[in-house]
Amino acid sequence: MDALSKLLAERDWILADGATGTNLFAMGLEAGEAPELWNADQPAKIRALYDGSINAGSDMFLTNSFGGTASRLKLHNAQDRVRELNRIAAEIGREAADASGRTVVVAGSVGPTGDIMEPVGGLSHASAVEMFEEQASGLMEGGADILWVETISAPEEFRAAAEAFANIGAPWCGTMSFDTAGRTMMGLTSVNMVSMIAEIPNQPIAFGANCGVGASDLLRTILGFAKENPDMPVIAKGNAGIPKYQDGKIIYDGTPELMGEYAVMARNCGARIIGGCCGTMPVHLEKMREALENTPKGPAPDLAEVEAAMGGFSSADDGTSGIAPPKRERRRRK
Amino acid sequence: MSDFEDDLILSELNDEELVLQMFDDLYDGMADEIAEGVNILLERKWMPYDVLTKALVEGMRIVGIDFRDGILFVPEVLLAAGAMKRGMGILKPLLIESGAPQLGKMVIGTVKGDIHDIGKNLVAMMMEGAGFEVVDLGINNPVEDYLAALKAEKADILGMSALLTTTMPYMKTVIDTMIAEGIRDDYIVLVGGAPLNAEFGKAIGADAYCRDAAVAVETAKEYMARKHNQL
Repeated sequence: MDALSKLLAERDWILADGATGTNLFAMGLEAGEAPELWNADQPAKIRALYDGSINAGSDMFLTNSFGGTASRLKLHNAQDRVRELNRIAAEIGREAADASGRTVVVAGSVGPTGDIMEPVGGLSHASAVEMFEEQASGLMEGGADILWVETISAPEEFRAAAEAFANIGAPWCGTMSFDTAGRTMMGLTSVNMVSMIAEIPNQPIAFGANCGVGASDLLRTILGFAKENPDMPVIAKGNAGIPKYQDGKIIYDGTPELMGEYAVMARNCGARIIGGCCGTMPVHLEKMREALENTPKGPAPDLAEVEAAMGGFSSADDGTSGIAPPKRERRRRK
Repeated sequence: MSDFEDDLILSELNDEELVLQMFDDLYDGMADEIAEGVNILLERKWMPYDVLTKALVEGMRIVGIDFRDGILFVPEVLLAAGAMKRGMGILKPLLIESGAPQLGKMVIGTVKGDIHDIGKNLVAMMMEGAGFEVVDLGINNPVEDYLAALKAEKADILGMSALLTTTMPYMKTVIDTMIAEGIRDDYIVLVGGAPLNAEFGKAIGADAYCRDAAVAVETAKEYMARKHNQL
């Protein structure tokens, strides 16, 4: 049994990690540089990134491999280093987790290819599967416990990643980014995601939402999942507020206290794996752990309560309220 | 319903009905039907510029509204844009011939380190549709590429797009370079991308942040009008 499943069997909730990109930025990553190259060029910084989560109390963390597919590394002329860079990302993670003295799950991060899949775009299913498989192999080879596909918008891409993981027989989790009127930018609702996952032959350990817009939208998405009574554990990894530009740096405006509130609310909404995304630093994770440990589980909030605590939603509806959006009339055809 | 009943004969529609049907066909991403509609209007001696603005641009504006309001999503917008592109392919050479008014010229590209281009492509298409000339630099553009293009093309507008928090700040690098070279005021700088917001746009010294392609077009038009008023 994989390390995450074991942990889920023992615990009600699991604290995931926070951000990668924004934290590496704080460590000196330049705009336009590929974070994955640091696995080879600055391994100590990557170790520090992982240790930051571990020491803040995370039960799991994601490897520095979000842009580790050939299509993303091609930008930096590193498309031949997919296997190597992903393997090292996981190796550093494995060392950090093993040194911690407790169970910390190493999750191999797999981000989007950046391409649109056929038929609307040019990326074929077969090519996507191939790229994900190459990346996934590197991650598992390096010692990742599970694979973690994240920030996906298109169901086709999610399914391609799942197939790649099936091809190498690896356990996995998957999250999507609901950043467009409560749906993914391709139009998928939270309810649609649950149906999509039910059809996947190699079921993930857990599924959920990451990134997107703000905490309130993310929690609305979690509530959307709950409407479908999914059997499997739900993941909530929201951003720490929204990005602001201050003195040459990107600062996310979510305070540790706010993230603590968000974590407790996420658990009440039904999430069992709770973490942060962009802007979430170790100081936020510490507060989140404290809040989760010291606050008893409560009933699920309704949308009004979410809004009151976390701020307004980005849209009036997220496609799951049963209220169909106004459709334009067609004159004669269709 | 039989195929015969579903089959609409576009040439049998009068101008007004045809234009309305073209709005629907654009909305539904029906490229062949748009090409047919454009050709019919041209055969009826419509000015190419009127076909562009009254049929295609107006149809795309409706698509933009529903995209902004969360009714249409990226796949539908891309299909609609594809249909628009087909129509524009027919019109472009004729527009140049007939000396149609150009609203301005924009150089657009995704910043260095970033390969995301869906949003940028939509903006480029809508801007072209609205009457701007667009030079699309594609993805992963360092500052040198932007500045060289702005100069060579004698552009009015610089459009920059980014989807990653790690690449967003590069926009400031570009703008700072423009300031250092004393050319910042020669151009209108518009920025966009999912992680951006108006405050970010202001903080880095852009003229405006545009949250979607429809807003980009309106903002570009507004700034171009201001520019002309100042001359």
